[in-house]
Amino acid sequence: MRNLKLIIQREYLARVRNKTFIIMTFLSPLILVGMFALIAYLSMLNSSEQRIIGLYDETEMFSSEFNDQEQVQYLDLSGKSLEEAKKMVNEQDYYGLIYIPENINRDLEGVQFFGKESPGLGTIQAIEKTIADRLTREELIERGIDVNQLNEAKTEVRIEIQNFSGERTSKMSNYIKMFFGGAAGYLLMMFIIIYGNMVMRSVIEEKTNRIIEIIVSSVKPITLMMGKVLGTSLAGITQFTIWVLLAGVLAITSFYVLGIDVFTVQKSQLETVEQIAQPEIAQLVMDVLNLPILSLIIFFLIYFIGGYFLYSAIYAAIGAAVDSETDTQQFMFPVILPLMLGIYVGFFSVIENPHGSVSTIFSMIPLTSPIVMLMRIPFGVPWWELAISVGLLIITNFGVIWLAAKIYRVGILMYGKKASYKELFKWLKY
Amino acid sequence: MENLLVAENIYKQFGNFTALNNVSIAIPRGSIFGLLGPNGAGKTTLLRIINQITMPDKGQVFLDGKPLHPDDIAHIGYLPEERGLYKSMKVGEQALYLARLKGLSKAEAKERLEYWFKKLHIEGWWDKKIQELSKGMAQKVQFIITVLHRPKLLIFDEPFSGFDPVNAGLIKNEILQLKEEGATILFSTHRMESVEELCDYMALIHESNKLLDGKVSEIKRAYKSNTYEVGLETETEDLLLADLKERFVIGNTSFKSINDDLKLTIQLKDGETPNQLLNYLIGRASINHFVEVIPSVNDIFIKTVTQNA
Repeated sequence: MRNLKLIIQREYLARVRNKTFIIMTFLSPLILVGMFALIAYLSMLNSSEQRIIGLYDETEMFSSEFNDQEQVQYLDLSGKSLEEAKKMVNEQDYYGLIYIPENINRDLEGVQFFGKESPGLGTIQAIEKTIADRLTREELIERGIDVNQLNEAKTEVRIEIQNFSGERTSKMSNYIKMFFGGAAGYLLMMFIIIYGNMVMRSVIEEKTNRIIEIIVSSVKPITLMMGKVLGTSLAGITQFTIWVLLAGVLAITSFYVLGIDVFTVQKSQLETVEQIAQPEIAQLVMDVLNLPILSLIIFFLIYFIGGYFLYSAIYAAIGAAVDSETDTQQFMFPVILPLMLGIYVGFFSVIENPHGSVSTIFSMIPLTSPIVMLMRIPFGVPWWELAISVGLLIITNFGVIWLAAKIYRVGILMYGKKASYKELFKWLKY
Repeated sequence: MENLLVAENIYKQFGNFTALNNVSIAIPRGSIFGLLGPNGAGKTTLLRIINQITMPDKGQVFLDGKPLHPDDIAHIGYLPEERGLYKSMKVGEQALYLARLKGLSKAEAKERLEYWFKKLHIEGWWDKKIQELSKGMAQKVQFIITVLHRPKLLIFDEPFSGFDPVNAGLIKNEILQLKEEGATILFSTHRMESVEELCDYMALIHESNKLLDGKVSEIKRAYKSNTYEVGLETETEDLLLADLKERFVIGNTSFKSINDDLKLTIQLKDGETPNQLLNYLIGRASINHFVEVIPSVNDIFIKTVTQNA
């Protein structure tokens, strides 16, 4: 036990003192924020572009319908001939030309768009809608229906989703759940890969340094392996904690800048937020605050530790089986595969149906459960499913660590031998 | 208790390969015991079993008369053949770490390390990283770590490989001093000179089997062939040679001499004594050189290994 503590301490310090670790810990949140800012800036740049679209309307019905908007300006070219209009649009470098033929019918047949490049989907939809609206109105008038009365009769429905314990949700909040669940699952996969690799590299380092035999003459290989896994996981938790704190500080600062006092935001006060801000933003803030953030963080840590132990034991065994990092390739694929599977199941199946059978099964299988279950948690998972999933994860951990320790024990003392799967299987019996 | 360490009928197999076949050794307390054998004979496997790094399939190891216990690592210091240190860790820091893994407290470890660093003239290295040191320097650090916790039994696997002659001499003297202080030393090597110089006892392992063991002097006595190396000066060399050839088995030899001698090895028959040979020679030539030929460990090694091949 004393030695385990010493090893954990050494491994932890070796990771944390590493320059890359320090840089990654403080720089990657900045890089992430910077990336979001860059994307936001670029899309702003994109949308601030002014477009001019020519309109060649043979029916002369629609020129009043196409009103100039912030980004789009319509230019009525109906006075000229079609050829002239096309030529002008081309020469003046306008975005495109809408051609509406005289004999337009309800199917919008014959309407054409000329342009140098094919236009964005949004632009086309907007144009189609404008024309269709006008035609619909014409139709209604023709059939003797009062358009104003019809508009007055329209009602707006917003379904309020509510679960049996009375928590309200909305369509918007589902997106937010997806975002947070997906982010947590993805982060977990990255953590497992990054820290599992650290464990593997540190095993290989000890092997190539030949310090391993000095150490195993004083401690048991399993103690060394567990110390390594635990020490590295503590470094991971340290990094995660720093990130959470940094995110918290960033969030509080940005809320402060936006004029929302986070420390006093309670459900009752969200209504005041609703009054001052636009309803959508208020809804968003409320949805985020309604998320089980605390349980998400707690389960992130539980699944991080469980999943990380599982995988880093495998990584440690791989490190022990090879002589250098270049030899690890043949063993890496089976490790990455379940992680990728977890991510794909998460992004396709959980988002489609968080409580469907595929999602449920994969959130039970220990190799994928850390990722898939984390993605499901924001949608609310019954406690017994969580219990089974965590329980299975713990049991599998014991089994995998036991097997990995056997391979590790033999592998660390084998030099200059490239191990095959067959060989590894033999080591289990030594 | 006469023997500090006894390994009884050790048998170890890796897959289909038998690494040790029923090997037993006994290391008397306070002695230096040499474990000899060609590369791949099973020496390192035996040392690993004694260090509880691997477990034997059959057989048992006793330390101080009791079966080996995990806590016994505190009584054993092991310098493996494949040895290294953490590259990016400071010398003092990792020496402290490794010493504490052996069960020393932090303060105790530090005090002893300072003593040893001074003794081996490496005081200034405490804050250096191993990657800044040469191989020989790193080996000094490893040696210190091996002996720091004052174990009863010290195990050195090829201790002199990688040392320059000066440092090898330094380490040799340290090993002898540790023996004086009461430590029992087991070392494994395929370099015979060091066994000749240092060991009281030896065992020879070849292809997983122990071929030979015992006190070095006794083994040598058993392997000597009643042969003497002589330097003779006489006017009638041819005559003497012919006479000698009739009575004894004669061989050629060479040694340094200021005289223009007839240099020979003379093997006596069983039961004949050197005095008889001397008596025979006295009247016939002036004897400038008369030495018993004692087989070197190297000779014994080669002889035994080729006999069993």
